[in-house]
Amino acid sequence: MTHVATPHTHAPPQSWLRRHVFSVDHKVIGRQYLDLALVAVFTGMLLSWLMRFHLGWPDTAVPGLGKLAPTGAAGGVITPEYYLELMTMHGTIMVFFVLTTAPFAGFGNFLLPIQVGAEDMAFPRINMMSFWVTLLAFLVLIAAFFVGDGPPLSGWTAYAPLSAVGKDAGPGQGSGQTLWAISILIFCVAQLLGALNFIATTLDLRTKGMSLARLPFATWAWFITAVIALVAFAVLMPACILLILDRVAGTSFFIPAGLVISDRLQPHMGGSPLLWQHLFWFFGHPEVYIAILPGFGIVSQILPVFARKPLLGPRVFVTCLVAIAFLSYTVWGHHMFLSGMNPFSATLFSVPTLVITIPAAIITLLWIGTVYGARLRLTSASLFALGFVSVFVSGGLSGFFLAQPSTDIYLHGTYFVVAHFHFVMGVAAMFGIFAGTYFWFPKMFGRMMSETLGKWHFWLTFIGVYAIFMPMHYLGLAGNVRRYSAFTDDYLQPLIPLHRFITIAALFTGAVQLIFLYNLIRSRVRGPKAPDNPWEATTLEWSTSSPPPHDNFGGRRPVVSHGPDEYGAPGPRDYVMQADS
Amino acid sequence: MGRLFAVTVTVIALVSAAIFALHTWWLPIDISAHGRRIDSQLNETMIVAGILFVAAQLALAFFVWRFSERGGVRSTRPIKPFPGGAAPMVVIATILVGIEILVLTFVGSKVWASVYQTPAPAGALQIDVLAEQFAFYARYAGPDGKFGGMHPDLMNDATQNFFGLDPANDTTARDDIVVGSLVIPVDQAVELRLHTKDVGHSFYVPELRIQQDFVPGMVIPLHFTATKTGKYELVCTQLCGLGHYNMRAYVEVKSQAEFAQWLKAQAAAL
Amino acid sequence: MIARFTTLVALVVVASVPAPRHRIAGATISGKVTFTGTPPKAKPIDMSKEPNCVTQHPTPVTTQDAVTGPGNSVRYAVVYIAAGEQSVAQGTDTVRYDQKGCLYIPHVAAMQVHQPLVIYNDDPHSHNIHPLARVNPEWNKSQPKGAPPIRTTWDQPEFIAVKCNVHPWMHGYFAVLATAHSAVTDSSGAFSLEGLPPGTYTVTAWHERFGTQSQQVTIAGSETKSANFVLTARPY
Repeated sequence: MTHVATPHTHAPPQSWLRRHVFSVDHKVIGRQYLDLALVAVFTGMLLSWLMRFHLGWPDTAVPGLGKLAPTGAAGGVITPEYYLELMTMHGTIMVFFVLTTAPFAGFGNFLLPIQVGAEDMAFPRINMMSFWVTLLAFLVLIAAFFVGDGPPLSGWTAYAPLSAVGKDAGPGQGSGQTLWAISILIFCVAQLLGALNFIATTLDLRTKGMSLARLPFATWAWFITAVIALVAFAVLMPACILLILDRVAGTSFFIPAGLVISDRLQPHMGGSPLLWQHLFWFFGHPEVYIAILPGFGIVSQILPVFARKPLLGPRVFVTCLVAIAFLSYTVWGHHMFLSGMNPFSATLFSVPTLVITIPAAIITLLWIGTVYGARLRLTSASLFALGFVSVFVSGGLSGFFLAQPSTDIYLHGTYFVVAHFHFVMGVAAMFGIFAGTYFWFPKMFGRMMSETLGKWHFWLTFIGVYAIFMPMHYLGLAGNVRRYSAFTDDYLQPLIPLHRFITIAALFTGAVQLIFLYNLIRSRVRGPKAPDNPWEATTLEWSTSSPPPHDNFGGRRPVVSHGPDEYGAPGPRDYVMQADS
Repeated sequence: MGRLFAVTVTVIALVSAAIFALHTWWLPIDISAHGRRIDSQLNETMIVAGILFVAAQLALAFFVWRFSERGGVRSTRPIKPFPGGAAPMVVIATILVGIEILVLTFVGSKVWASVYQTPAPAGALQIDVLAEQFAFYARYAGPDGKFGGMHPDLMNDATQNFFGLDPANDTTARDDIVVGSLVIPVDQAVELRLHTKDVGHSFYVPELRIQQDFVPGMVIPLHFTATKTGKYELVCTQLCGLGHYNMRAYVEVKSQAEFAQWLKAQAAAL
Repeated sequence: MIARFTTLVALVVVASVPAPRHRIAGATISGKVTFTGTPPKAKPIDMSKEPNCVTQHPTPVTTQDAVTGPGNSVRYAVVYIAAGEQSVAQGTDTVRYDQKGCLYIPHVAAMQVHQPLVIYNDDPHSHNIHPLARVNPEWNKSQPKGAPPIRTTWDQPEFIAVKCNVHPWMHGYFAVLATAHSAVTDSSGAFSLEGLPPGTYTVTAWHERFGTQSQQVTIAGSETKSANFVLTARPY
């Protein structure tokens, strides 16, 4: 595999605007994605604070909120619809604009071209376009906060017909829901463009000697994620178009005949609510892997650096990634066991769902086995990578219960599900993002982050997330239904103290993230200058300056003659870099 | 730092597992004929997942304790590869998880089939359940044993015609009994037909160990047998709009004699 | 049945005492609204999903869409001046609408366009108020316990059905009228429109189940004229 395409070259731009804003440089675009994700994650977290506060103390006014949301929270008391609107926006912002944007588009953009030894992405202009289109999608979504009828409330899954029939179905079903569908449609376009770029760059722009076997694990993960994204977003996009048509053009793709909503017979016939669920989850389950696989790659790249030891079973790791990607398309029906689809198909969807735990379990064991016999250096980056393993195990195992139709009968739609996906794709992916940030920040900005603050951030966050999400399993076992804005049912009354505990833990853990924000901003301006290779790592990004020059390698492309993780060599320098001769 | 990590992970794993094991928060009582099998499937999964959870966390904790550098001093100890390389990992994961998958699927699909893939026993009591934003209504056929037809254009909450009955023209509809709670006899099979008049909802009674979505445009059958009398709650688990959190109805399981009496009284009050 | 009815009447009378009216100069049109035919049977309301509300009603409440009384009297009919006014005065009194015990009190509130309407939630839980307006802008808002009252006005004349989706049996009407002269019949079916200057008026009675009826009434000076309406009732 020594095919090397002609590298794309473009002269460094001169104007400030072309260099820092409308840049075609993948590094600038990667940072822009990460900055967007940073804004999005704090927005999403603020929404979750309001939700958690409301769940703990539903009748208490939130100071100042009455002014911000005079309709949704008159006098500061959050209404049931405003709660659901916060929840929908929280889920949408986090899944699309944080968990997809940061680990995949953000880190991938900055690092993938450097790691393969290219000067830029294969299609730099399309790359720039995909960022600006993503930003547009985000702005359209945020605009939903300011429309008269309020933001959408049908959840990030936007189940039809609630999401399709319009205003009769209640608040949040007006222009806010339409903006939601338009935003996701735009987002799909951006991701399709991005995924094409990732695939083309990985396949065509690898430098001399960068065979697939020498590809760093993070790049493997981004590449496979891009393949998943290409298929998944290609299905969500038409689904969004159909939803928009149902809403604005009076079609009935997802709306059957004879619906009476708020005493009004709806003028629709012939549609199927299950069609939306199939299309959505055909995207939605692979989306979970789009969020988490980059984390797999980041952890598999970071652990060897700090363990000073190669990853256990590199080929097994990549094989498992491919297996997960393939299986991810066969499992979507496990979201729909109780949806009214043919109960026979439940078993059919259950088996691949359980089988997908095998490659996931193998990868987890490879990480644990990599730590065995290591010379483990505990930095903020490696702590978050180890924390990733712990929370991924916690979140992955609860999947066993939800993958089986028989136990899903009881646990479906409860907080057990909330606990499961927050651990496995929320917290785990966030830990991957944190690990990646502490690891690559010096390369991105040429300055070091504070390790002291980073470690405080890790310890408090690690304990905090367990305090938030572990009790949610207990709530689920007790039958606590999710997406409730208040707990009025008799059988839920004894669980309210546990909800208050979770709320306090969530407010605390959220506040801890301000340490991270402070560290990020302060280090960007005043952090100590970073050397080229502060962690004694081996991949190509560490062979160039911090931050890398415009064309990444200062005019000469590196030649690769080593694997991605040759650590543990005898002697004072215990590693061999990929670009070493 | 490595020791702190190991201790933290160990404490978190053991405390979390202990709360599961002690059933500090657990499923409510089971009042259904099929629920025992779901509970035992859940228990078995819990044991397996619990063992894997504790084992994986403790292994991680132990290796970090054992192999991390102390006090920021660079270690010069040579690294050791994992005994046997990646092969044991693949074998362990494939065999352990694979066997578990086989067992869970084999047993679990029988449990699933017994609830969702078998028809209701002959003579099951037929009840129509209608979900709407944000309430459930149950309908019994009345003395004539026949359900009146449902006409969406006649559905009107203001006149309490939740099911869209046409008593002016449809005599079978006149004696239909419509109530805001689900009243069922104990130890008798019940077959519900789930209708929704507006958006998606879900039928969930934790004590009955049963859950099923209401899907617009579909009538979904659901059957079970309650085995204990008492008052329980039916709640909605599918996001349906602003009142989702408060969409519920009480389920009253009565002795067969009391049920017959109740039904008679309802018919007489029409 | 009688006990049930009396409770209902007592409840509604207590809750719907109108704001004290000033003696206004001018003529008065008064009369009764009655029905012929068979009205639908009042159905008991099953509030079991909201135990708070069940305990507020020692005897079960019945539907209010067709409340009739002795002598075939019709309650909750709106009688108003539909045409003939030379100049229309703007009512500025606040109309109060309450949600209490999972019922709307009063069941029908008559008001003029632009007249201030204030909606209170007197229950210890959340309600949503969903006026199913077609001419005016429709809205749908929750009012949780502890939230301030909702203040609003309507710009176009319309009979607006009001519902609470959280408690689907909760049902009422806003009768938004162009005129300031309107009344809702009481439990005896009686109404009275006061303070009318001389002129020929079209007086209309409207009821949500029994339909509409109009008649011409000419007023010469400061007198009291009587106008009675007989609406048609059907059992279903």
